[in-house]
Amino acid sequence: MIAQHLPALQIVLPLLAAPIVVLAGSARFAWLFSVAVCWAAFAVSIGLLAQVMQGGEISYLLGSWPAPWGIELRVDLLNAFVLLLVTGTAAIVLPYARRSVRIEIAPEQQGFFYCMLLLCLAGLLGIAITGDAFNVFVFLEISSLSTYALVAMGRNRKALTAAFQYLIMGTIGATFFLIGVGLLYMMTGTLNMADLAERLQPLHGTRPVLAAYAFIVVGMALKLALFPLHLWLPNAYAYAPSVVTAFLAATATKVAIYVLLRFTFTVFGADFAFADQPMSLLLFVPALLAIFAGSLVAIFQENAKRLLAYSSVAQIGYMVLAISLATAAGLSAGIAHMFNHALMKGALFLALGCVFYSIGSVAIRDMAGIAKEMPWTMAAFVMAGLSLIGVPLTAGFISKWLLLQAAFELGLWWLGLLIVASSLLAIVYIWRVIEVAYFQPRPEGRVAAREAPLSLLLPTWVFALANVYFGIETSLPVTVARGAAAALFGAGG
Amino acid sequence: MRHHRVLRVATKLLIPFILLFALYVQFHGDFGPGGGFQAGVIFGSAFILYALIFGLENTKRVAPPGIVIRLMASGVVLYAGVGVFGILLGGNYLDYNVLAHEATHGQHYGILLVELGVGITVAATMITIFYQFAGRSAWREEGEE
Repeated sequence: MIAQHLPALQIVLPLLAAPIVVLAGSARFAWLFSVAVCWAAFAVSIGLLAQVMQGGEISYLLGSWPAPWGIELRVDLLNAFVLLLVTGTAAIVLPYARRSVRIEIAPEQQGFFYCMLLLCLAGLLGIAITGDAFNVFVFLEISSLSTYALVAMGRNRKALTAAFQYLIMGTIGATFFLIGVGLLYMMTGTLNMADLAERLQPLHGTRPVLAAYAFIVVGMALKLALFPLHLWLPNAYAYAPSVVTAFLAATATKVAIYVLLRFTFTVFGADFAFADQPMSLLLFVPALLAIFAGSLVAIFQENAKRLLAYSSVAQIGYMVLAISLATAAGLSAGIAHMFNHALMKGALFLALGCVFYSIGSVAIRDMAGIAKEMPWTMAAFVMAGLSLIGVPLTAGFISKWLLLQAAFELGLWWLGLLIVASSLLAIVYIWRVIEVAYFQPRPEGRVAAREAPLSLLLPTWVFALANVYFGIETSLPVTVARGAAAALFGAGG
Repeated sequence: MRHHRVLRVATKLLIPFILLFALYVQFHGDFGPGGGFQAGVIFGSAFILYALIFGLENTKRVAPPGIVIRLMASGVVLYAGVGVFGILLGGNYLDYNVLAHEATHGQHYGILLVELGVGITVAATMITIFYQFAGRSAWREEGEE
C-alpha cells in the first residue's frame, strides 16, 4: 500500500514534520525527529528511483482528481535523481546539525531552525516532484521563504542584509517565473506540464509563448545564480549558518537547474528552445563567463566560505554550459555534474563548518596551520577539493570528462581547452586554502584548535568518501544521467 | 489609551462582530465567497484591534504568544493530517471522497477541515506578525537603556 503512495509521502513527510517540531518545542526532540524524517524521506526517494528504473514514469493524482484538472505528481528518471540528491544531502547534513546548530543558533531559535530546514526540504522536494507548473511556483515560495529565514539566522549581523538581498533577488526570480506560467495559462488554459507540452505545440511561434519562455528562463537563472544574476549567492552562502550553507549549496541551485531543464525540454521542447530560439548561445555565453569570472573572483577572497560560494557560481557555469551544448551527451554531463557538485560542495562546506566549530572563524588568515590541529577535517577538505578540481579517481573528474567528451563530439576543441584552463583556476583557489592550512605556522594569539567531534567529522567524511566512491564506481550517476538525458530529448523531440 | 472612552467602548462593541463575521466567512467559504485565508485575516484583525486599543500586554494575556505559535503549527498539522487520513482510508493523498460514507459528504468534511486548518494558521500568523512588530520598539528601548 505504501509503495503506491511514495510520491505523496516524499513531500508530506517533511511538510508534516515541520509543524510537529514547532508543537513539540524542544530543540533536542526537534533534531532527533528531523533526522528520522530526513532518513525516511531518503528511503522514500530510493524507493521512487527503484520504481522508476523498473517500471518507468510514475504519476500520482493528488486528491484523486484526474490529471489535467487536478494536481499531478510525476516522477521520471530525472526528478527521481534530483529527489535522491536532495534527500540524500538532507540525510547526511542533519546528523551534523546538532552540534553545529548548538553553537551557531540562539537557543530559543533552534526549534524553529529545524522547522525551517524541514520546510525548505519539503519545498525543494515539491518543486522536483510536481507535474504542475503553478505548483512549482508554490513550492518554490515555500523553499525560498524558509531559505531567507535560515540565512538570516546566521550569527554574523551581515546575515540579515544577505538574507534581505536574497529575498529581493529571489522574489524577482519567482515573480518572473510566475509571470511566465501566467502567460502559458493564458495561452493554453492548462497548468499540467504534460498537457501544456501538447497544447503548446501549435502555439510555438506566438509572442506570448516566447515571452513566457523568456520570463521563465530569466526567473530560473536568478534562482540558480547564473552569472551575472548570481549576486545574491556569495553573501547568502558566506553568512548563513554552516549547516544551511552546506545544505543549500548541495541542493537549492540544483533544483532550480532541474526546473530550467523541465521547462526547456518537457514543456517547451528541445526543438523550440534550441532550433527555433537561440537558447544555446544565450546559455553558453553567461555560463562561460560564470566559469571564468566566478573562479577568478574566488581566488581573491579572504573568507573561505565566500571563496567556495564564488566557486559555486563557476560550477553552476559548468552545468549550464553542458546544457547549452544541446546534445544528449552534454545534457547527461550537466545532470551528472549536478550530482557530483553536490558531493563536493557538501564535503567542503561541512569541513568549513568543522573549522568554524573549532576556531569560530572561516577567514583564510585564521586557518593558518590548522591542518596540524585538525588533520581529519582538512584531509576531507583536500579530498573534496581534488574532486572540485577534477583530479582522476574523484567524482569531479567524471563530470569534467563527460563534459569534455560532449564538447569534442561537437568538434569544439577550443571549448575543451577552456574547460581544462578553468580547472587550473580551481587549483589556484583550492591551493590557497590548503597552503595556508598546511604550510603556514599558527599565528600568534590564536589558541590551538581542537579536532572537530566525531558527530561533525562523520558526515563530512561520508561526503568526502562519496567523492571517491562515485569517482570510481560511476554507474549510478552516469547511467541515470544518460537515461534522463535521453528521456528529455525523447519527450521534446 | 485610558482616556479614549469612545474608542474603548466602540472596540468592545465591534470585536464580537468581527469574530463572528470571521467565523461566518470561515464556515460559509465552501458555498460563497470566502474561505480559510480571509477568515483567518479577519479573525486575527480582531486581536490586533484589541491590542491597538488595550495594549500589547493585555492582548498577550488573552492570546499568549507561545500558544499562538503552537496554533500556527497545528493548523498545518490539521491540513496535512486530513491528507494523510485520506491515505489511511484507502484513497490518495488529500482524497476527500473516502472521508465519509459517500463522496459528497466526504468532500464536504474534507474541505471544511482543511479550510479550518488554513484559518487557524492564518489567524495565528497574523497575530504573531503583529506581536513581532509591536514588541520590537519595547525591545529596542530596553536595549538602549
